[in-house]
Amino acid sequence: MRWRVVVPVAVLIALVGLLGYGLTRDPHTLPSAYLNRAAPTLALPSLADETQAVRLADMAGRVTLVNVWASWCVACRSEVSELAELSETTDIPVVGIDYKDTRDEASRWLRRFGNPYARIAFDESGSTGIDWGISGVPETFVIGRDGQIKDKIVGPVTAEVRRKRLVPLIEQLKAES
Amino acid sequence: MIPELGHLALILALAMALVQSLWPLYGIAANRPAYQQVAAPAAVGHCLMLGLAFLALAWSFYVNDFSVTYVADNSNTNLPWFYRLGAVWGAHEGSLLLWMMELALWSVAVVCASRTLPREVASTVLAVMGLVSIGFLLFTLATSNPFARQFPAPAQGRDLNPLLQDPGLVFHPPMLYMGYVGFCVAFAFAITALIHGRVDAAWTRWTRPWTLAAWVFLTIGITLGSWWAYNELGWGGWWFWDPVENASFMPWLVGTALIHSLAVTEKRGIFQSWTVLLAITAFALSLLGTFLVRSGVLVSVHAFATDPSRGIYILSFFAIVVGGSLLLYAARASKFAAGTEPVSPLSREGLLLLNNLFLVVAAAAVLIGTLYPILADALGMGRLSVGPPYFNKVFVPLTAPLVLLMGAGAAMAWKRTRPNALMSRLWTPAVIAIVAAVVLTGLTVGVSGLAALAGCVLGAWAIATAFEELWRRTRGSRWMLPRQVLGMALAHIGVGVFVIGVSLVSGYGGERDVRMTPGDTVQYAGHAFVFRGVDNVPGPNYQAREATFDIYKNDRQVASVFPEKRKYDQSAQQMTESGISSGPFGDLYVSLGEPLADDAWTVRIYNRPFVRWIWAGGFIAAFGGILALSDKRYWRRRRRRARAGRSDEAADGQEVTA
Repeated sequence: MRWRVVVPVAVLIALVGLLGYGLTRDPHTLPSAYLNRAAPTLALPSLADETQAVRLADMAGRVTLVNVWASWCVACRSEVSELAELSETTDIPVVGIDYKDTRDEASRWLRRFGNPYARIAFDESGSTGIDWGISGVPETFVIGRDGQIKDKIVGPVTAEVRRKRLVPLIEQLKAES
Repeated sequence: MIPELGHLALILALAMALVQSLWPLYGIAANRPAYQQVAAPAAVGHCLMLGLAFLALAWSFYVNDFSVTYVADNSNTNLPWFYRLGAVWGAHEGSLLLWMMELALWSVAVVCASRTLPREVASTVLAVMGLVSIGFLLFTLATSNPFARQFPAPAQGRDLNPLLQDPGLVFHPPMLYMGYVGFCVAFAFAITALIHGRVDAAWTRWTRPWTLAAWVFLTIGITLGSWWAYNELGWGGWWFWDPVENASFMPWLVGTALIHSLAVTEKRGIFQSWTVLLAITAFALSLLGTFLVRSGVLVSVHAFATDPSRGIYILSFFAIVVGGSLLLYAARASKFAAGTEPVSPLSREGLLLLNNLFLVVAAAAVLIGTLYPILADALGMGRLSVGPPYFNKVFVPLTAPLVLLMGAGAAMAWKRTRPNALMSRLWTPAVIAIVAAVVLTGLTVGVSGLAALAGCVLGAWAIATAFEELWRRTRGSRWMLPRQVLGMALAHIGVGVFVIGVSLVSGYGGERDVRMTPGDTVQYAGHAFVFRGVDNVPGPNYQAREATFDIYKNDRQVASVFPEKRKYDQSAQQMTESGISSGPFGDLYVSLGEPLADDAWTVRIYNRPFVRWIWAGGFIAAFGGILALSDKRYWRRRRRRARAGRSDEAADGQEVTA
C-alpha cells in the first residue's frame, strides 16, 4: 500500500530536483554524438566565391580543425585570435563553416576581426550544421587524418582550451601515421 | 487603447479565476451550497474576459500595432492575414494566452455539462480548474505580458519565424493545446474524487468522455504536428524525437493508458487508485511539457526564446500542483476499496493491466530519454544527448508487444476467457495478418527487411482483430453496434494503419543526394526524375527560387513537383519548401539543396513508401475517439430521468456478453 504513495512522490521530487538543476546549466554544451566517427559530409559553396566548392575531402590526410561560426555570433569574435595562433603554431588548416549568415555581413566581419581560416564554407540554410549535429555557434571540431571527429569544443576556443586541450591532441594526431 | 483593454481583461480574468476557485472551495468546506454555485457563472465570466484579451491581441496583430512588442517581434506588414492570426500563438506570450483561453473553454464546457453532475462535484471540478488558471494568469501577468508596449514603435515588424509560416501552424498548436489542457478536466475530476473520497462507476462515467475528448484533440494535434514537420522542415522525416515532440507524446501515452484503465474501473470496480494516479500523471506530464517548451532547459529545433526566471516560475508551479495532488492522493488513496478478486491474465482486464504497464513504461522511457542530457550532466558525465538511436531501440520493443496485446485484448471477455474460445477467435485474424503483410511488402519497391515484414504483420493483426470483433458482435442479427464499440475498433484499426505505415517507411524508405544541372535525369526508387530548371518567383514576404522536376515511371510522366528555396525579406532566413508527389502507396519527396556552379544544384530525393498511412492512422484513431464520444451512454443521464427504470447495468450488459 505504502509504495503506491512513496513512488510517485519520490519520482516527483527527483524530477523537480533534476529540472531545477537543469535550469542552472547552459543547455548549449552538448558534446557531439559523432565522436570517433567519420565526419559528416561537408560540401558547400565557398563564402568568397560561390562557384567554388569547399569540401572536407580536399583536406584528406591532414589533421584539420572545422570551426562553425557566424557574423551574428558575439562569442565568435573572441576566438579568432586563438584560432589564428593555433593554426600557425601547429600548422594545420582551419576550415570555417559560416552558419546561417549573409555573404556581405560575413565578409565585413572577416575584414574587421581577422580571417584565421584556410577555407570558408557558406552554410546559408544551416542544413550542414544540422548534419554535423551542432547545437549552437561557435563549435569547433578536430578532424583526424582518417577523417574522423576526434574532439568537439562547444562554445568559443579560449587560450586555456587551446593550450591544454587542442594543442596536445593535435600534436598527438599529427604524430600518428 | 485596445492592448490596454486586453491587459485589463487579463487582470479581470485573474479576479474571476480567484472567485471561480476560492469561493466554491470555501462553500464546500463550510457546506454552503449557495457559495458553491458561484463557480459556474465565474467560470463563464473568466472565459469571457480571456476571450476579450485574446481578441485584443488578435486585433493588434490584424492592424499590425507595432507599438506592442509582441506584435512587432512576430508580425510584419507583408505577412498575409491568416499567418498574422496564427502569429497570435506563434511565440511564448501568445501561446500562453491560447493555453489559458482553451482552459477557460474547457471550464465552460464543464459548466454546460454540469447539469448531469451533482452540485459539489461540478463546483469542485471548476474550482480546481480555476486554481490551475490562476497559476498561469499570474505567470503571464508577471513575466510574459503579451500587451507590453514599446516606444517608439518600430516602422516595421520582425516577421513571424519563417518555419512557422505554414497552414499547419494555424491549426496545430490550438489542437495540441486543447489536448494538453483537456487533461486538466480529467485531473480536476481526479482531485474532486480525492477530496470527496469517492471513485465509483458514476465518477468514471463522468470522467471518461472528458478524457476521451482531450485524447482526441491531442491525437489530432500530434498527427498534424508530424505532418507539418514532414512538409515544412524538408528533412523527409515524420518524427524526430525532439524534446518538444516528446513533451506532447508523453501525455498522449499516459492519456491512452488512462482511457483503458477508466474502462476497467467502470466495468469491474478495480484499479481505482491507479486510475486516479494516471489522471494526475497525464496532466502533470502536460505541465511538464509546458515547462520543457517554455524554460529552454533543453535544446530543441522548436527553440523558443528562453528566460530562466520563466523556467523557475513554471517549475515551482509544476511542483506545487503535482506535489499538492500527490499529497492529497497519499492521504486519500488508501480509502478506495482495493479489489479483492484476483485478476486473471486471460481476461480483458488482465490484458488492459498489461497494456497500462507497457504504456506507462513507454512514457517513462521517453521521459528518461528526453531528460537524459540534464541527467548525464548532473551525474558529471557531460551533456550527452541520446537522440533517435536510443528512442528507436527502446521504444520499438515496448510497443510491439503492446500492439500484439491490443489485438488479443479485443477478443477477450471480462473476468475470464477460455483458452480454446480465444484460439478459435484469433486464428483467422492471425492468418489474414500474415497474408496481408506479405502482400503489402510485395507492393513496395526495394530491399525487403524482416523487421518491416514483422511490423506489417503486427499492424495487419491489429486491423484484422478489430474487424473480427465487429463481425463477431454483429453476427447475432444485431446491426446497430454501440458507438463506443465501433469507436474502439476504429481506434485500433487506426493504430494498425499507423504501424504498417511506420514499418514500411522505415524498412523501405531511402534518400539520395545528387548534383543536378537543368536537363539532368536521375533514376531512383523505380522512377526517373528530370530536373527542368529553376525560376524566380516572388512571394508576399519572400523571394522564392522554384525548381521544376518531372517524375516519370516507365517513360510515362506521373507527376511534377516544385520544390522551393525561399528567402524571407525581413529576417533574411532561408527556408526549404519541399516538392512532394504523394499517393496512397507512397510519396516521392524532392528537396532543393544548395546552388552550385553552372546552374547546378544539390538535390535530395527521398522515397517514402506508405508514409501517408502514418497520418491516416492517427486521424482514423482520432475519429474512432470522436465516435466513441458520441455514444449515447455518455449523454443518457438527462433522458433517463424522464424514463426511469432503464438501468445502466441492462444497457452495459450487452457489452459484457461479448
